[in-house]
Amino acid sequence: MKNITQKTMQKIIAGVLLVVAGAVFADSMVSTLRTDTPLNEEQKAPKIMPFEDTDKKLKRNYPEQPPVIPHDTEGYRIDLNANKCLSCHARSRTEDSGAPMVSITHFMDREGQFLATISPRRYFCTQCHVSQREVKPLVDNDFVDIDELLHGAQSMEHKSN
Amino acid sequence: MLQNKITRRALLKSQAAALASTAAGLPLSGQAQNLVTESNKTELKWSKAPCRFCGTGCSVMVATKDNHVVATHGDAKSPVNRGLNCVKGYFLSKIMYGKDRLTQPLLRKTNGKFDKNGEFTPVSWDEAFDIMAEKWKTALKDKGPTSVGMFGSGQWTIYEGYAASKLMKAGFRSNNLEPNARHCMASAVGGFMRTFGIDEPMGCYDDMEAADAFVLWGSNMAEMHPILWTRVTDRRLSAKHVKVAVLSTYEHRCFDLADIPMVFKPQTDLVILNYIANYIIQNNAVNEDFVNKHTIFKRGNTDIGYGLRPEHPLQQAAANADKAGGSVDMTFDEYAEFVSEYTLDKAHEMSGVPKNRLEEMAKLYADPNVKVTSFWTMGFNQHTRGVWANNLVYNIHLLTGKISEPGNSPFSLTGQPSACGTAREVGTFAHRLPADLVVKKKEHRDIAEKIWKLPEGTIPEKVGYHAVKQNRMLKDGKLNAYWIQVNNNLQAAANMNEETLPGYRNPDNFIIVSDAYPTVTAEAADLILPTAMWVEKEGGFGNAERRTQLWHQLVDAPGESKSDLWQLMEFSKRFAIEEVWPEELLAKMPEHRGKSLYDVLYRNGNVDAFPLSETAEGYANQEAEDFGFYVQKGLFEEYAAFGRGHGHDLAPFERYHEERGLRWPVVDGNETKWRFREGSDPYVTEGTEVEFYGHKDGKARIFALPYEPPAEVPDEEYPLWLSTGRVVEHWHSGSMTQRVPELYKAFPDAVCFMHPDDATESGLHRGQEIKIISRRGEIRTRVETRGRNRPPRGLVFVPWFDASQLINKVTLDATDPISKQTDYKKCAIRIEAV
Repeated sequence: MKNITQKTMQKIIAGVLLVVAGAVFADSMVSTLRTDTPLNEEQKAPKIMPFEDTDKKLKRNYPEQPPVIPHDTEGYRIDLNANKCLSCHARSRTEDSGAPMVSITHFMDREGQFLATISPRRYFCTQCHVSQREVKPLVDNDFVDIDELLHGAQSMEHKSN
Repeated sequence: MLQNKITRRALLKSQAAALASTAAGLPLSGQAQNLVTESNKTELKWSKAPCRFCGTGCSVMVATKDNHVVATHGDAKSPVNRGLNCVKGYFLSKIMYGKDRLTQPLLRKTNGKFDKNGEFTPVSWDEAFDIMAEKWKTALKDKGPTSVGMFGSGQWTIYEGYAASKLMKAGFRSNNLEPNARHCMASAVGGFMRTFGIDEPMGCYDDMEAADAFVLWGSNMAEMHPILWTRVTDRRLSAKHVKVAVLSTYEHRCFDLADIPMVFKPQTDLVILNYIANYIIQNNAVNEDFVNKHTIFKRGNTDIGYGLRPEHPLQQAAANADKAGGSVDMTFDEYAEFVSEYTLDKAHEMSGVPKNRLEEMAKLYADPNVKVTSFWTMGFNQHTRGVWANNLVYNIHLLTGKISEPGNSPFSLTGQPSACGTAREVGTFAHRLPADLVVKKKEHRDIAEKIWKLPEGTIPEKVGYHAVKQNRMLKDGKLNAYWIQVNNNLQAAANMNEETLPGYRNPDNFIIVSDAYPTVTAEAADLILPTAMWVEKEGGFGNAERRTQLWHQLVDAPGESKSDLWQLMEFSKRFAIEEVWPEELLAKMPEHRGKSLYDVLYRNGNVDAFPLSETAEGYANQEAEDFGFYVQKGLFEEYAAFGRGHGHDLAPFERYHEERGLRWPVVDGNETKWRFREGSDPYVTEGTEVEFYGHKDGKARIFALPYEPPAEVPDEEYPLWLSTGRVVEHWHSGSMTQRVPELYKAFPDAVCFMHPDDATESGLHRGQEIKIISRRGEIRTRVETRGRNRPPRGLVFVPWFDASQLINKVTLDATDPISKQTDYKKCAIRIEAV
């Protein structure tokens, strides 16, 4: 009985120590891409969320940015024989589909000359355009939109005037 | 009267204007102005910079306004990418602006004092360097130079890697310097050095527009080198005779363009490679003239082990673990006999690839009229026989003479933006010095010591700890002061639970991590240093086709962040030369007495040769301003002295700020597209046509190397293969890309790609939470049976970018015994539902 108690006590002490050690480590968890899980422990894996699936065009961060795809494209075939994206976004298809036409830059070859059709170098759409899952970013981004910068500059001007 | 009339049309128009100006975030004044047009406001400053991500080396145009990067796009003038970027490259504008940028040094403290188990507490740079210097001096005093080490990367700028090499190898006299490129392309280096005696590809990207066939050997270019894939796609789709063969252990996006798709069983690429050589010989397709003039044959040592700890049974059982790189001469006939066992039947049986596809690919190589470009990356390099795989693919190109000419090109691609420029050319490996020189050769050390103006005997002869061994030595308490810059090695190195984490948290060790963001590696450190990144500093990278590219500082780094270069040089001021060099060394150059390491290494008349006034007008240069001279130019010119006249010539510094990069050797102002070929490479002796001048006899080596099994194979307890890798949206462990919302939302979490029948058989369904368990550790993730990767039965694929699902807890730290590069593509696992 005595032995068992001692053993139990040892276990409790060890447990307390573990908790304390864990807490010390926990206080120094700085890796913002993990939730509050020590590096040597596992957390619950997040669910695979569906892709956003709308026809809403999203604002670009700057004019040169390839637009993200506002709809689900999983299972779209883009291979040697077919390109599913072009069935809506090709110039000839946009009247029926209502989808935006692929940018005129996509008709240019390596030398900047316009071809009769979309350049094969732009064939695999997913190298630049990506669908978006219904998830919230883990970390915010402080990128400043040029319009905000200009607006800021203009407000400053108004103030100084 | 008339002009004030409000019509429906006018209302609609004004409403549209109101909408537009709200959307644009502009104030609505009485004039309803919705477009800023004054040129002084709308003009953006556009400057060039190479992309921060992969080894392709795309040039990017970067727009800045008021000290912000506001836009980026592919540089139309660059021959690499001609106006294109991949999705990551297009989002470069946002990588520096994650909300959690580190802006001040953080030290683990309890009650105001350093404590290995304390909490990260903001400290000044002075305090940070104080504790660092104290820990380094203690280690040096107690155990000598082998107890300090540094782990950098192929993301270091050329200047940073070079400054680090000087600091470690000459300053602290420790060769424990490695780049994470060891995980990435050390096997490629080993292959080049063995076959050609000189590192890096002989061909260039122009090969892609000249090739008739492409063979991908373990390279998912569609996701990992997307812009090169646009060039392959362009060629394949615009010239109908072109064929694309794709080999991999699972189907990925490259298979969408494949004429000859081939999924092979892990490790049997060695069999397929030897089968092709055999096919070429059996079908009289050997280019005898070329082979006789330009090659010799070697039989490589076999049974070379798996680069595990020496006490591991697999190491104990290996006959040649200690002479893995050895070889003896052999004849062509002996070689032909050696490969003769690799028949079509055998290749098919072992690899599982249909015979007709193997034969179709072999014919591409054998047909003298088909120009073949072979590409490979991690499939070959992260392989316990990675150097062999590299040697074997060169065999095929050498037997047929399909090398060093447009379109005929064995082409090793690289993963990091300056894996070639910084890791390989500067030589930031434990065994290397700049321009392919190595520490173990006295005449090589002499060259470095002369250029660096240091006494003979400064650089130690003994090769330092390689990347994997550094982790083992940290765990064993032999490496005690350790500085990690510009990489996330806790996440990247294999067998994290048993080696890396115990090494970092070992109470005997002091770990410093320099990074822009709080990575998991930073979390495991004792001191975190906030670091300037990409265009927050002046820099230079070298890409996979030998193209050197420089850029200017375009914006200031946030808070107290400083570049790796600044940190290295500033830290060197903390050491008096007497504290790091023994008296007998100092006695050889007494003029160094009383100086600091900074003075000896960086105020040596070379590095400080160019005044501040030579820095570019219109661009800030934090390091030059702080140190008072044009640091980058001085480092570049001293470094360039190693290669000029020795096959690694660089152009004058200023030219790189004008050009979209140049491919070395740059001789008489001209870059070199195809090395070893007369007329293209000025180093080739006139009249030889082809000269592999890396070896003294001018000949390349064809190696007889067999199939040997992998270090770990699935069994009853762990019945599945695990392969790890990447996705197009994330690079460099996701430390930057996971902080760009658009990239994060495209691929937020790692998943386990598996065959639907394997899932069903285990009672699992898509989306279900599972544990992936190996003999070393486990992670929790989700089953994915759809999407971009389609593994065959018996194999699963997990990307490693996710800080919450550290798959390297599961992987095995077996390496190629020659290159010391880890095999991240093969270990045995089992899966359990959570």
